[in-house]
Amino acid sequence: MTIQFQLNGEAISLDVPEDTPLLWAIRDHAGLTGTKFGCGIGMCGACTVHLNGRATRSCITTVGSVDGQQITTIEGLGQDGEHPLQQAWVDAQAPQCGYCQSGQIMQAATLLQDFPNPTDEQINQIMSGNLCRCMAYVRIRKAIHLAAGSGDSSSAGAPQFYEPGQEEMSNA
Amino acid sequence: MIKKILSGLIVIAVVVAFLIVWKPAIDEIDRPSADSFSQDQIAKGKLLAGLGNCASCHTSDPSKPLAGGVDFPTPFGTLYSTNISPHAEQGIGTWSEEAFVRAMREGVSRDGSHLYPAFPYTHFTKVTDEDLSALYAYVMSRQAVDHQGPDNQLDFPFNLRMLQAGWKTLFFDEERFQPDDRKGDAWNRGAYIAEGLGHCTACHSPRNAFGAEIADKTYNGAVVDNWYAPALNTTHAAPVPWTEDELYQYLRSGGSNWHGIAAGSMSSVVHKGLIEAPNDDIRALAVYFQDLTGAVDSDEAAKVAAAHVRQAQEAMAPDNRTGEELFTSACASCHYNAHSSLKAARPELSLNSAVTAPDPVNLLRITLHGIDEPTGLRGLAMPGFRSGLSDADLIALARYLRQSSGQPPWENLEQHVQDARQL
Repeated sequence: MTIQFQLNGEAISLDVPEDTPLLWAIRDHAGLTGTKFGCGIGMCGACTVHLNGRATRSCITTVGSVDGQQITTIEGLGQDGEHPLQQAWVDAQAPQCGYCQSGQIMQAATLLQDFPNPTDEQINQIMSGNLCRCMAYVRIRKAIHLAAGSGDSSSAGAPQFYEPGQEEMSNA
Repeated sequence: MIKKILSGLIVIAVVVAFLIVWKPAIDEIDRPSADSFSQDQIAKGKLLAGLGNCASCHTSDPSKPLAGGVDFPTPFGTLYSTNISPHAEQGIGTWSEEAFVRAMREGVSRDGSHLYPAFPYTHFTKVTDEDLSALYAYVMSRQAVDHQGPDNQLDFPFNLRMLQAGWKTLFFDEERFQPDDRKGDAWNRGAYIAEGLGHCTACHSPRNAFGAEIADKTYNGAVVDNWYAPALNTTHAAPVPWTEDELYQYLRSGGSNWHGIAAGSMSSVVHKGLIEAPNDDIRALAVYFQDLTGAVDSDEAAKVAAAHVRQAQEAMAPDNRTGEELFTSACASCHYNAHSSLKAARPELSLNSAVTAPDPVNLLRITLHGIDEPTGLRGLAMPGFRSGLSDADLIALARYLRQSSGQPPWENLEQHVQDARQL
């Protein structure tokens, strides 16, 4: 089956079974290795990418379920690594080994979209699905607070899905 | 003498039975050309076909629109939808408007045989003359598709179509929609759509042993095709009653802040059927169903929602730490909400219809198998967690969610989980 989607703004076309994990397509077919394989069952967050601007676990998201959609990885989040969250990550010296960090940052971007000025409790709740074996949690939380003060945190050029009530759909 | 009376009665009974069962064939016609209908009629018919969502039951292969072949498993065997494209042999190309109207209103095929009520003529009987005329124009101006689906696989005696005449005597009233003068125009328009072409009760009402909707349980909710279609009357279990605005958002976009997203066949109703309808018709449906669910106004509902979510978040689950921990590690990243600002893109599970429903099938199958784009809200998908969650995990998680929603525990969860894995 031919699956087509946008990866960081570029069209991708793959001839693979529709239950192929999105993570496979991103790393093995598109060669973007910033997104990491962790547990493979959606329980650690290392593989987090954006589907239409919102965090999703790419290891259990099938390519068939994102046909025609827009995917953003850590490589496409900001230009030249200058997304406010990436800057905050540097300023807070958040990573240690770094393996989980791209997933952490992608999840944090969705967190800041929904909670522009998050409390510690909100950060804890939403980031708890992203495991860090180096225990960098305190610095990750600090980086998120830093980024929260610095403006737009959405992924570059990511479309916004339709949130009911935001607009009247033009379907009359 | 007694013998004569008896034979007389038998003759009368046979004649009466014959008159009930027998319906004449209506003559075949040459297929009307598409330009024999006005563009306005066809456009109106397209909208009406959307309200009835004809295509979803009558299309099994998108490249063969309206050519039928969709299977409908029933307790009596499996039915297959028919080809309603205007193909002369396989479809309804030789049907006159009179034959089309009779099928819609009486459940009788052009050749006089009785149709099964899986085809909801029991609802379409309410539709007006002019709407049926427009629908005929639309259907007859579609592409004629040369395709025949499988034959019905019904057990004896349900395979005898003439027995449907008896079913109709028991469960079917042929009648047009009657507006309620005490209600406004929008309510009546909503009722006309919902009870007629929309045939909402076909999924949202429980059925009896004969497959007929139970009259005094209309809109009480039912499991259909392994999805739970929630109650749409005051028996619903949703913590926040549906408001008109929430209904409008849900029917227009496929998702609402306080109830969750459309899934199963409701997804097709929203994204393939109602997509054809103008905003006014969606608003009319919202007005009608708000009245049925006994809703409160939006401000009041927002307060109820916030209080409920706060209570759910503060509730402790000392006997089910596993469920709470699983929620935090697997679900909260996308489902945690601040109680004061609930977002449709973060479906709040303590309010969600899948959690508050009396049957756990919706929650379990979505958790295991996920939701594709664009089943629910456009642009949004959820992956399935069937690899990451064991049966024991899923049971703990479902118990936790159910508890935090304030509903009594589901029974036979183990069996439900095993069943849902097979879906």
